[in-house]
Amino acid sequence: MSLKNYTLFLADTSLILGQRLGEWCGHGPVLEQDIALTNIALDYVGRARLLYQYVSELDANGKSEDNYAMMREEREFKNLLLVEHPNIDFGFTVARQFLIDAFFVPYLEELSKSKNERLSHIADKALKESQYHLRWSSEWMIRLGDGTEESHKRIQSAVNSLWEFSGELFSPVPYEKEMLLEGIAPDVENILTRWNQSVNSVFSEATIIKPKDSWFQKGGKEGVHTEHLGYILSDMQYLQRTYPGQDW
Amino acid sequence: MMDRELKNLEFQSRIDRDEKIEAKDWMPEEYRKTLIRQIGQHAHSEIVGMLPEGNWITRAPSLRRKAILLSKVQDEAGHGLYLYSAAETLGIERDTMIEELHSGKAKYSSIFNYPTISWADMGAIGWLVDGAAIVNQVALCRTSYGPYSRSMVKICKEESFHQRQGFEIMLQLCKGSSEQKAMAQDALNRWWWPSLMMFGPSDKDSPNTAQSMAWRVKRFTNDELRQKFVDMTVPQAEILGITIPDEKLKWNDEKGQYDFGEINWEEFYSVVKGNGPCNKQRIHARKKAHEEGQWVRDAALAHAEKRSKKIA
Ligand SMILES: [Fe+2]
Ligand SMILES: [Fe+2]
Repeated sequence: MSLKNYTLFLADTSLILGQRLGEWCGHGPVLEQDIALTNIALDYVGRARLLYQYVSELDANGKSEDNYAMMREEREFKNLLLVEHPNIDFGFTVARQFLIDAFFVPYLEELSKSKNERLSHIADKALKESQYHLRWSSEWMIRLGDGTEESHKRIQSAVNSLWEFSGELFSPVPYEKEMLLEGIAPDVENILTRWNQSVNSVFSEATIIKPKDSWFQKGGKEGVHTEHLGYILSDMQYLQRTYPGQDW
Repeated sequence: MMDRELKNLEFQSRIDRDEKIEAKDWMPEEYRKTLIRQIGQHAHSEIVGMLPEGNWITRAPSLRRKAILLSKVQDEAGHGLYLYSAAETLGIERDTMIEELHSGKAKYSSIFNYPTISWADMGAIGWLVDGAAIVNQVALCRTSYGPYSRSMVKICKEESFHQRQGFEIMLQLCKGSSEQKAMAQDALNRWWWPSLMMFGPSDKDSPNTAQSMAWRVKRFTNDELRQKFVDMTVPQAEILGITIPDEKLKWNDEKGQYDFGEINWEEFYSVVKGNGPCNKQRIHARKKAHEEGQWVRDAALAHAEKRSKKIA
């Protein structure tokens, strides 16, 4: 059960982030970045599919990847709160992406050494993508932070708003702790050190001030979400809910 | 003989020998203008065309379809990029072209002024709209301007992929429940005539065709291409088992092609003039993205300047 929940946490986080990034397609600030955002969206949707396929094998009940994506409710989704945050503007999107990329690069590196072969395989593939994403989001953090007065203001305020969602990355819930004990999940304590290094170095080059750690939101991993998730799901699941049990 | 006339003659004989004209070659001003207009229009169509399909990305019915749709719409952005670059070889900036799109001076394909109101529209667009685009673009692979012709070769490969994916969506729906099949039929009913309109006015009302044909910018007339599209698509509709909404559509044994009904040209010109269901929304969405991206582009520029100063 813990392995399934843990895999769902990874899958849901990937899907919801992919879904959010997909909203940009056709609306990017410049054609080249429209393409870049869609690339990242595609990587996350792809990642989600591999993970749901694994969940479905664990369940062994004939459910497809789409059953998990399209037929579960808010309380069953285990994604990080950070990824359900609306895009707001390019600055928020970049900041959200950077915080998550700086997490996923060391995290997937560790997960690729997991005792669970399947997860280790998926992590291996995802790691290469995330390394590319991190390069992209770090460059944009720096461009926006050290660009114009307006861009600096915008990216700083995005960081300030999103900061309270960053704590959830590093506060393990019971199924993660169990997976850590079994040698399947990485130890987020170690990830935190490396995350801080990335954040500090990029923030300093971007002249962004790191917000003070005061209080962090949490709950996503256990299915207690912000009000945004319900809207994401009603949009994403609309066809499967309206015409249940059909092939598309 | 005047110098200019001589040059014009030389130019025409190069065209007649099927030589490719390259960016640095001499060309008549009118040839340059025609190409800028046509390539610009084509680039804008790719970009505006992202909107009706982008409309279904968050609602795609399966993760596989979501991934396919995302990468399809992304391909169209790539096509826009190639084409803007091809136009830039003729001495116009991308920014200028974008301004012309936003001000309404430049046109784009009217097909994208129709709304996508069901999932089946993703099938119909891939099948019919990308299908019509292929017929047009295969012909353009041999167009006389080198950079345009080369970008068409690249683009055509992806378009035929899009067309197959669109057809596959339709096929899945047509094999599905009665609701799904009705969805597919409804999409065909709405997209059929606008797809035929994609080839432009009928030859008798297309004053620029003769010159474009002489310059081999165009290799076939609008009506010839439209006929090709109809002949190619009717058998596909038969495979799907849905009905093309044209009572006059009939195989003509003598001509070896299909006869089909008259296009509603009033609707065509009305949509071109701006009175289609989504003309305002499409331009509004493009302008909004551009305006909201201004600070991002400014920041990138400012940062690049700072960086080059540091290095210098
Ligand atoms: Fe295209
Ligand atoms: Fe296409």
